Amino acid sequence: MRILIAILVFFLALLPLPLLIHSDFWITWLTLALFYAYLGQAWNLLGGYGGQFSFGHALFFGTGAYCTAVLQIQFGVNAWGGFVLAAVAAGIVGAGTGWLVFRYGLRGSYFALVTLAFAEVFRILANTFSFTGAGVGLLVPLQPGIAQMQFETKAGFFWLLLLLVVGCLLFTWWMQNARFGARLMAVRENEDAARALGVDPFSTKLLAITASGAIAGSAGAVYVQLFLYIDPNIAYGPAMSVEALLVPIIGGLGTIFGPVLGAFALHAIAEIGQLVFGEAPGLNLVLYGLLLVVMVLFLPNGLFGLGRVGFGSGALRRLFKRSAHA
Amino acid sequence: MLELSILLPAILNGLTTGAIYALIALGLTLIYGVLHIINFAHGSLLMLALYGVFFLHNLFGIDPYLALPVAAIALFGIGYGLQRFVIGHASHGKDENILLVTLGLSVVIENLALYLWRSDTRTIETPYSFEVLDFGVAFIPVPKVVAFVGALLVAGLLWLLMTRTDLGRAIRALARERQGAKLVGINVEHIFAMSFGIGCACLGIAACLLLPSFYVSPQVGHAFVLVAFTVVVLGGMGSFVGALLGGLIIGVTESLGGLFLGESLGQLGIFLIFIIVLLFRPTGLLGQRT
Amino acid sequence: MLEIVQLSKRFGGLVVTNDVSFTVQSGSISALIGPNGAGKTTIFAQISGFHQPDGGDIRFEGQSIIGLTPERICLRGIARTFQIVQPFAGLNVRENIAVGAHLHRAGRRAALEHAESIAHRVGLGAQLDKPAAALTVAGRKRLELAKALSTDPKLLLLDEVMAGLNPAEIDEIIPIIRGIRQSGVTILLIEHVMRAVMNLSDHTWVLNNGRLIASGTPAQIATDPQVIEAYLGHGAAARMQAQRTGVHHA
Repeated sequence: MRILIAILVFFLALLPLPLLIHSDFWITWLTLALFYAYLGQAWNLLGGYGGQFSFGHALFFGTGAYCTAVLQIQFGVNAWGGFVLAAVAAGIVGAGTGWLVFRYGLRGSYFALVTLAFAEVFRILANTFSFTGAGVGLLVPLQPGIAQMQFETKAGFFWLLLLLVVGCLLFTWWMQNARFGARLMAVRENEDAARALGVDPFSTKLLAITASGAIAGSAGAVYVQLFLYIDPNIAYGPAMSVEALLVPIIGGLGTIFGPVLGAFALHAIAEIGQLVFGEAPGLNLVLYGLLLVVMVLFLPNGLFGLGRVGFGSGALRRLFKRSAHA
Repeated sequence: MLELSILLPAILNGLTTGAIYALIALGLTLIYGVLHIINFAHGSLLMLALYGVFFLHNLFGIDPYLALPVAAIALFGIGYGLQRFVIGHASHGKDENILLVTLGLSVVIENLALYLWRSDTRTIETPYSFEVLDFGVAFIPVPKVVAFVGALLVAGLLWLLMTRTDLGRAIRALARERQGAKLVGINVEHIFAMSFGIGCACLGIAACLLLPSFYVSPQVGHAFVLVAFTVVVLGGMGSFVGALLGGLIIGVTESLGGLFLGESLGQLGIFLIFIIVLLFRPTGLLGQRT
Repeated sequence: MLEIVQLSKRFGGLVVTNDVSFTVQSGSISALIGPNGAGKTTIFAQISGFHQPDGGDIRFEGQSIIGLTPERICLRGIARTFQIVQPFAGLNVRENIAVGAHLHRAGRRAALEHAESIAHRVGLGAQLDKPAAALTVAGRKRLELAKALSTDPKLLLLDEVMAGLNPAEIDEIIPIIRGIRQSGVTILLIEHVMRAVMNLSDHTWVLNNGRLIASGTPAQIATDPQVIEAYLGHGAAARMQAQRTGVHHA
């Protein structure tokens, strides 16, 4: 119940922002933060709740992006239809890779590397075929209007992404309180113990990667309408995969609000970095990488792990216990 | 039908590249075999080494082959330090955390290079850059021949180091029996860092052998890292002979793939091998089941 | 209820289960005992589907369960605990037990309620919100029991749930196990704590080197010379016989 209220508060707090803030820069900034929160939510489903760390979520993002772009350019499919089909296509790719990878029992680091390899395979393929525009990429025509999922004002995308992020928050909340979520977390913690309790790890993980892939694919569809361009490196390159995993890791793995917190923190840091060091290629990614190292070294539970200190559990309580013994 | 006159040079070329892959993979497989961690930063450390060799040549006029000891020692130091002070503290009981930290390191190194040196592709020119040797069936550039021989020599030296020295024995003891090694007084953290350092020193040497016939750019590590993983996985995680064999196989595969399918699709073969081996034979050709 | 027929299992050249046959009666508490390395846990692993036997058959309620995955076997009504406890470390006690409760309950509320009632039954009622990782050894053993129980099993396989407990803790857990049997669950247990075996089991089998060497009531087993030799080595039976005529212990 408390979480539902928190989601509602989050929604109501962000909803009027485009009416209050008149700076295009800040609305764009918020929109991008929401976009990465959405992508991170997709990763969190599989990585945070399922414990399967994908290094290649660009596979799903890129598939969604290309699906909607190709459908729109070659077949004139409406962007909203493309959005739905992108989710379906990426979900199918997720189910396919998941079936292969989980059938043959790949876990941990091997799972991470294989997802990366799959993304690379798709990158090379997208680079080769002409219907994906090969190395040149695809330009999506500008057709402003809500019917084409492109908006006259910056605020339109902000609201669209806000709705998607809130939808994802609600879905995650539902999942955490459903049989599926309980089983997924059990598989994450201990696969054999889960099996002994009647949980089928294969179908559980398969469902998770399918859902995660579908959401990441729909994020790709939004990306295409937002930037009107996609090429193999953006779609399937490692940058998107890194961002997808960084966001929930920074915010807090396997938590409902982790990806949202992580995305806003990450982009705030990137912004500050740009103010301090000036605009330079690669510099924000240097910061991201450092952040990833620092988080894993010192805060493996993410910012939410830090937050729990305030509630008197976890780290702080342990600290007190230790000092009490000393 | 394809003629041998096209096929044979492609195979020979593939073997020379493959030897370098093998050398890079040897470092990776050593680190995996001893520490049981996957060093995702392996490719970016190679890139760093390549830049080091490049600047030694361009700023101080030092020939890449002469820079070999410097590069090896420098990379050893970097590797030792990284393991001892960063990676060694990252696991918190989960392998994925180490992978994440090395991923983070690779992102840092790659983008720092991008920031410092821009994305330009750079090459060096040496007196022997364009010399070729006639092998009857094909002309192979001298630097590639040197790289091939050099990589095999280093592999041999590494083997001697592992089998004939106290350090090698300590490393192998640790790889096999972590608790037992601790009990007989082996300084685990030191030996771990030494292993990581030696694995990285291979990269320093590979960089020196590679640069005269190759190029360097901030993204170059990315191209190598998955290839190196493929080699290691194909050969069997932790297997020395496997890495050598795997390197040569992948080198030839890439070369032939490029011949038949073109440059970009040729790479596809490598990733498909990677995926297929991991799915169907995760122990590789020569690896042991754990 | 459970029939083990000529079960065999090899690991490489080592025969770990050698032509083992026994039948567990419905509603009973039976015990499988034997020295370390006798192959008791391997038999559990085969019954619960984690290892495939090389020969023989396992029949549950008249049907063979060979080849079924662990999760299918659990669904049929056989639940097991692990000798080395396997809690879901990141979840709290309530959530741990609820995973098993979900097997026959789709709804979250029903599963949580069931988990709570199970927790009270095994004496974890006060620790429902504790992270599983924060439990004591005794607590973890109870959690292991609770998890298995939460799947509403017909047959419960308990692998050394008393190992590592002190005598007072053992005294607490014995009535809990007896209570589980009274609720209609058949129990097969592996145990080293002989006091518990004597106290609980209706029937006992003794395993040594992968082979059944004795069977009977606990009292019969305790005086079986072959069993004593298996535990204590050659000549032990004779020595104990000599001792028993001298001093009688209560």
